[in-house]
Amino acid sequence: MNNLVDLDAAPALATPTRARRTRILPVIIFAAFALVPLALLLGPQSYVLAVVTRIMILALGAMSLDLLIGYGAMISFGHAAFVGLGAYSVAILASHGITDGFVQLAVALATSLIFALFTGAISLRTKGVYFIMITLAFGQMLFFLTTSLAAYGGDDGLTLAARSTFFSLKFMKNDLAMYYVTFGTLLGAYLLLRAIVASRFGRVLRGIRENPVRMEAIGFAPYRYQLTAYVIAGLIAGGSGFLLANQTEFVSPAYTAWQRSGELIFVLVLGGLGSLHGAILGAAAFTLLADILSHYTENWAMIFGPILILVVLFVRGGINGLFGGKP
Amino acid sequence: MSTALLQLQNLTKNYGALRVTDDVSFTVEPGELHAIIGPNGAGKTTLIHQISGHARPDSGQILFDDHDITDLSMAARAQRGLVRSFQITSILPRFSALENVALAAQARAGSSFRFLGNAAEEPELNDIAMGLLTRFGLGARAHIPAGQMSHGEKRQLEIAIALAAKPKLLLLDEPLAGTSRDESQRLINILQELRKELPIILIEHDMDAVFALADRVSVLVYGRIIACGSPQNIRDNAEVRAAYLGEEAA
Amino acid sequence: MTLTLALVQILNGLQFGLILFLIAAGLTLVFGVMDFINLAHGVQYMVGAYFVAAFTAMTGGFFTGLALALPAALIFGLLLELLIFRHLYDRDHLDQVLATFGVIIFLNQAVKFVWGAAPLNVPIPDALSGAIEITDGLLYPVWRLIIIAVGLLVGLALYLVVNKTKLGMLVRAGASNAPIVSALGVNIRLLFTIVFGVGAMLAGFAGAMIAPILSVEPGMGDNVLILAFVVIVIGGIGSIRGAFIAALLIGLVDTLGRFFAPTLLRALLDPSAASQTGRAIAPMLIYILMAAVLFFRPSGLFPAKK
Repeated sequence: MNNLVDLDAAPALATPTRARRTRILPVIIFAAFALVPLALLLGPQSYVLAVVTRIMILALGAMSLDLLIGYGAMISFGHAAFVGLGAYSVAILASHGITDGFVQLAVALATSLIFALFTGAISLRTKGVYFIMITLAFGQMLFFLTTSLAAYGGDDGLTLAARSTFFSLKFMKNDLAMYYVTFGTLLGAYLLLRAIVASRFGRVLRGIRENPVRMEAIGFAPYRYQLTAYVIAGLIAGGSGFLLANQTEFVSPAYTAWQRSGELIFVLVLGGLGSLHGAILGAAAFTLLADILSHYTENWAMIFGPILILVVLFVRGGINGLFGGKP
Repeated sequence: MSTALLQLQNLTKNYGALRVTDDVSFTVEPGELHAIIGPNGAGKTTLIHQISGHARPDSGQILFDDHDITDLSMAARAQRGLVRSFQITSILPRFSALENVALAAQARAGSSFRFLGNAAEEPELNDIAMGLLTRFGLGARAHIPAGQMSHGEKRQLEIAIALAAKPKLLLLDEPLAGTSRDESQRLINILQELRKELPIILIEHDMDAVFALADRVSVLVYGRIIACGSPQNIRDNAEVRAAYLGEEAA
Repeated sequence: MTLTLALVQILNGLQFGLILFLIAAGLTLVFGVMDFINLAHGVQYMVGAYFVAAFTAMTGGFFTGLALALPAALIFGLLLELLIFRHLYDRDHLDQVLATFGVIIFLNQAVKFVWGAAPLNVPIPDALSGAIEITDGLLYPVWRLIIIAVGLLVGLALYLVVNKTKLGMLVRAGASNAPIVSALGVNIRLLFTIVFGVGAMLAGFAGAMIAPILSVEPGMGDNVLILAFVVIVIGGIGSIRGAFIAALLIGLVDTLGRFFAPTLLRALLDPSAASQTGRAIAPMLIYILMAAVLFFRPSGLFPAKK
């Protein structure tokens, strides 16, 4: 019987050099993101700013998924549902004239919380492949729900009347402000997840990933910890949906499609599982690759698909593994 | 109420048509080391699975500390102090030896729903873990990934993990399995110490170890306890000799 | 009137369910015997449809097209197995999901590249293009009846092969305990290849049969794939009987749900709200059904593994 997640594929315990690298690489990544706008002062800003913002939003969703797959060995194939919930919360409220960002964010997080509690509580009763499939099914449920929202665009989706306002200020309208709000959220989520992974809770979660029966035998009931992780990941992904709607000023059922969930997993594995910052590397590589390839040929997917297969077959540990080395 | 710490009452379990546990009743008294022996396939591991909560009996009751724990999960039983080890080494291979033990200590030291603060740097958990590892002669190996330890070391680590979970009763499932003569002697010495501290259920194939350590021995054959008594009693029991010891001797 | 309509919907549901069964049968065996999650099973269905479209256009007859499409689908499936899937059997499920997802991305675009993005149409063979009157006033398309009949026949044949032959015994044994089968000295690689090939061909066959009543287009396998997974998960992984029952269940619930949900809700809500809510709920029904089944039976209705 195969393991769900091959433990060797994720980095092992920190050795001294590894520990230093894992500390330095994230600092470099975030410093680079912080400085991107400055470097662009001379050139054409808006396109590049938008691409990098998109990368950060995608990274946020993939990073939250890392808590589940990389640290908890829970392969959720329905994570895009949360992104969709966050995005639709913004768009639906905005279509009713409620553009206050705090209200929208509160609703986005509340719906993500409820959906995560409900679907997680059922999904986590199952194991292995059944878990993958049931999360997929819940994702599809939400997908069909969004396609049937005739009042909010149905299949065609819904254009955002306006970006969110905070304290009645429309500063999100400014792409640079949007950029730094996204940057701040990503940094915050990264630091939060980093702390969670190292905390008592995170240690239990990692222990369950390695050997759930052993964990039960010393008195930890896996279900409660896994459900909590599922909810945390759902909330962060919901937050990324809030940003996504603002950035694209558009939402559609495609945001919740199962292919999007597959993309999130791909981004994560491409960047490197179980490192958190790997999700950022993966998001950057994925987005840039897709952008560059689509620039040259409309059949970019024919190149993209094989790349995915080759990455799975030959690049163990993802991009982060290439940087940090593996045991 | 009885004085027994653990009481099994008429446990029965079937796998399909096969009866693997057949009307088993026994007790573990405070301070006692109660060994369970039996030929391969006698249902020893299935029995320990039921005591620890890894499997549920089809009928019968398990009382621990005067509470009915028959329907409790393995985790809930561990939280009450019924802690087990595994026949096939069950550790967290990529955690260091220290973290393996510290995590077990964490299970019994306040809530684990704490999301901030580095668990690996909690002195009180690490102190407990280091103390246990040192006691087992593993102090120098504390920071090695558990998966990279020798088999004998893993067997010792397994017991250290169980002890860190503050057991009131320890279930040891073949702790000597697969160990070399030296390793097994070291483990027997450890068990000699442990039996003075807490009651133990010991499942073991090594007869010399069992007769040296046990206060009482139960003999399990085809899921049924055919005899229960002092080591001397069991040695002299004709039925046991026929069903089990005789085979070994032959 | 309603009764006739209900009968039509039941027949539609049966036909849909049997198509799902043709796809799910291979998926559940591959999954059960090889412990391999193949997301690319849906593209096999799509490729079957494209092959029949291409060969029909080339030869001018559907049946010659079908006769060429089936071996083509088989060869195509075995080629994928040889080139890619074979290297994934020993990998974890996450790698399998991702690599086969990559195959989907590639093939969805590849068929667009070869045959264009516009949907293709396959004409129903003339002799079978009509409808017959089943009961008074109930006309039902012959082609759909043929799909039902063929689906039932394949189901019966699979049942006989799996339950009455040596090969079937090995497949069942493999689904419940693969190491035992290889311990018996059986060439497990060959067994895998046969199971995989048959599964791929059945999915291609489903695509070919549905092609005349559905438009053949890129991505047509994606949603069907998800439904097939729902089927095998409800039915219990590795179980042909489970797949058959679950496929009919899904086919009927989905078809009847879409038809009756708005009507039934009218008893509770005003008409426009009822039709809107009904249309929203109907596509979700099967997923709710799946969640409910897994809630009570986390390994599906007929789990093959002990």
